[in-house]
Amino acid sequence: MSTVKARLAPVTGHRLFWPLVVLVVLLAANTVYRPSFLSVELKNGQLYGSLIDIVRLSAPLILVALGMSLVIATGGIDLSVGSVAAVSGAIACLYISEQPDQNSLGAVLTALAIAFGIALLLGAWNGILVAGIGIQPIIATLILMVAGRGLAQLITSGQIITINSEPYKTIGVGHLLTLPFAIIIALAVTLLVAVLTRRTALGMIIEAVGGNAEASRLAGIRSRRITLLVYVVSAACAAIAGFMMTANVSSADGNAVGLWVELDAILAVVIGGTSLAGGRFYLSGTIVGALIIQTLTTSVYAMNIDPQTTLLFKAVVVIAVCLIQAPAFRARFRRRQAPTAPPAAPVEKQKEQVPA
Amino acid sequence: MSQRHPVLTMTAISKIFPGVRALDGVDFRLFPGEVHALMGENGAGKSTLIKVLTGVYGTDAGTITLDGQQVSFAGPMQATAAGVSTVYQEVNLCPNLSVAENIFIGREPRRLGAVNWREMRRRAQELLARIDLHIDVTEPLGSYSLAVQQMVAIARAVDVNARVLILDEPTSSLDADEVAQLLRIMRQLRDDGIAIVFVTHFLDQVYGIADRITVLRNGRLVGEYPTAELPQIALVEKMIGKELDALERLDSEAGRDRAAITAGQPLVAADGLGRTGSVAPFSLTIHAGEVVGLAGLLGSGRTEVARLFFGADRADQGRLAVDGEPTAIRNPVAAIGRGVAFCSENRRTEGLVGELSVRENIILAMQATRGWLRPVPRRKQDELVERYIKALSIRPADPDMPVRNLSGGNQQKVLLARWLITEPRLLILDEPTRGIDIGAKTEIQRLVAQLSDGGMAVLFISAELEEVLRLSHKVVVMRDRQLVAQLDNDDTLDADRVMRAIASGARQEELEKA
Repeated sequence: MSTVKARLAPVTGHRLFWPLVVLVVLLAANTVYRPSFLSVELKNGQLYGSLIDIVRLSAPLILVALGMSLVIATGGIDLSVGSVAAVSGAIACLYISEQPDQNSLGAVLTALAIAFGIALLLGAWNGILVAGIGIQPIIATLILMVAGRGLAQLITSGQIITINSEPYKTIGVGHLLTLPFAIIIALAVTLLVAVLTRRTALGMIIEAVGGNAEASRLAGIRSRRITLLVYVVSAACAAIAGFMMTANVSSADGNAVGLWVELDAILAVVIGGTSLAGGRFYLSGTIVGALIIQTLTTSVYAMNIDPQTTLLFKAVVVIAVCLIQAPAFRARFRRRQAPTAPPAAPVEKQKEQVPA
Repeated sequence: MSQRHPVLTMTAISKIFPGVRALDGVDFRLFPGEVHALMGENGAGKSTLIKVLTGVYGTDAGTITLDGQQVSFAGPMQATAAGVSTVYQEVNLCPNLSVAENIFIGREPRRLGAVNWREMRRRAQELLARIDLHIDVTEPLGSYSLAVQQMVAIARAVDVNARVLILDEPTSSLDADEVAQLLRIMRQLRDDGIAIVFVTHFLDQVYGIADRITVLRNGRLVGEYPTAELPQIALVEKMIGKELDALERLDSEAGRDRAAITAGQPLVAADGLGRTGSVAPFSLTIHAGEVVGLAGLLGSGRTEVARLFFGADRADQGRLAVDGEPTAIRNPVAAIGRGVAFCSENRRTEGLVGELSVRENIILAMQATRGWLRPVPRRKQDELVERYIKALSIRPADPDMPVRNLSGGNQQKVLLARWLITEPRLLILDEPTRGIDIGAKTEIQRLVAQLSDGGMAVLFISAELEEVLRLSHKVVVMRDRQLVAQLDNDDTLDADRVMRAIASGARQEELEKA
């Protein structure tokens, strides 16, 4: 048995092992409850099924969480992503609603460009507060978290802006190559961020700044620029997520778009194995984390769990996920399971299976 | 002494880490009322032995008996409770708490359930008075020097009824006076019957205080010796396991032609450079190929001088010229751009990024100068990293291991490698040999000599005068944040004269020379 364990060690020791186990368990639970859960079918050249729905619905969260991963890796945090999503969604919808032809592709692209540009400015604002002025990230971004909500409501004049624009709607509910367009956008942005951080030296430099800011400065890293950059990237990701959320419902509600998404995003990053203290970050982990959170939300609805207990149910699962991932907790559990270790004999074998 | 019963016996201890046999059947005995030096190179297994003893690690084989009873501590807390206390190299107390709180943390005197602050202060003062330390115990611990913090840590350890006190490199960041004070405290504790395990790299201190010496090498026990029966040179041989005439050889190399080196234009010239509250204005030139030694006590302003040259702090007075051209070095980026490199004495806080790998740490400065858009190609990384791992014999030779898993000496080498690959013109080394073993120390010293022969200018900061004298062409003496003397390292210069300069400010030294 111990040789089996030894063989499995590289698998069970992998960073993504426990998050993936949790995801599989959640999916399995859904399947038990509703056997058709896993089925995916092709209708009119488009894929349908609960799994596709989960990925599509998690797309905005994945986007926000990607940006959040980079911010957290520098040792910061970005609470303003929900508000940035709301502002950019509101601006895009406002611009489109004022056009004579809401279905004009040019108008939609212009709307996206304006909204995206303003989101970059908002990101730069965060970055300047943190890197330039030196305000603690949690406070600096709290400012925009609150002010951004106000800004979004100003833009929508406190109303819900409804639009009727097919091209814009596509961002949220359209299909391309049998897949929902939202999934393709999320995939593309993921690839982009991965290339941006791992094909250049940006990822390593972010990790150096987050791991030891002073040592990085003394190694000649312009850490302020890097910090500024990650807040801009985070806002850019949030803006795209904002487009998606507003396109989903063809309307912008300054109050509701992206509400609490920052918390889900932080959670996704942490579940994915990135430490809140900064340093190493794991984009793949973040995505698994985002999928876990969305699966959880979907399960709550699919299993008809009493809406009043939804939040509590989610909290319990999240605590379980975090505990399962903590090596210290698992070790304690294992010790209780097997209080009497087999004596002397297997010492040699134990030596071999010490996880690296 | 050996008729008495040992307070602590460790028998046939083995400890295996993935890929490394850190301890291999090591025995260790400790008698009450003795100072027992635990010696060995980096990676010899000293720290591991101590961590096994205090329950930080479990053992893979072997037994530990304390007072004749077999023990196995589940952690340092249990060890402390059983009378085995440890004071680590890097003081692990809370600098933000007061001295008194640090001493009584976790066992605060209470009255009616609430902490009795007055009683805590009184007892803290009493305790520190016993080791002749008279400080305000309500001040945050961090506001005192490292030496004081160390003594507070010892006071705390002793107060929890320690019978075995382990001091892991307690003196490596202390200056001579502070060391003397610490040794005095150790003698006092020994006379009270406490058994002290003393881990250090300073041979003089070992011969000054230790009763017996246990030597480890590569995880194995070499032997246990009464100090009086083991001459220094024999001890060094046992630690290194090879003939050590390297130091002498270096000495003969030092006869380099200083006049030729300083003939041309200086590489770097500071003219009245200073920073308010940090270091008084000073003038200093460094030539290509010259080693300038910076001597002085801890806190005398040595590091501050280095930081000004590197732009780690910004000078607010005076001028700096590189190659004769006036230059303002406002930040490290500017300094690196002009070929200046700085190995900080605080490897962990100001040098390495512990979480990143050896490879990443080595290429970090080079990558920073290229900007993040132009990554150092993987093949070039491999080549550079491999070359320097070999050249500096960094162990383990695994480029992908997180650098925090390396021993102090190897971390120092990684930091050195980081700067060497940037091919600097002026290399500033702040205490590069502190807390590392003799073998690595000699390697680094030899490297400095080689680099300067190759035309690199080196600003070499060290608390060890011998080392400064051996390597430097010119010795600059700092005292109370002022540059007080610049002494040519010719035949007439010896440790005594430098010491006098440090002690007296040595204005007359300069007069004599003039």
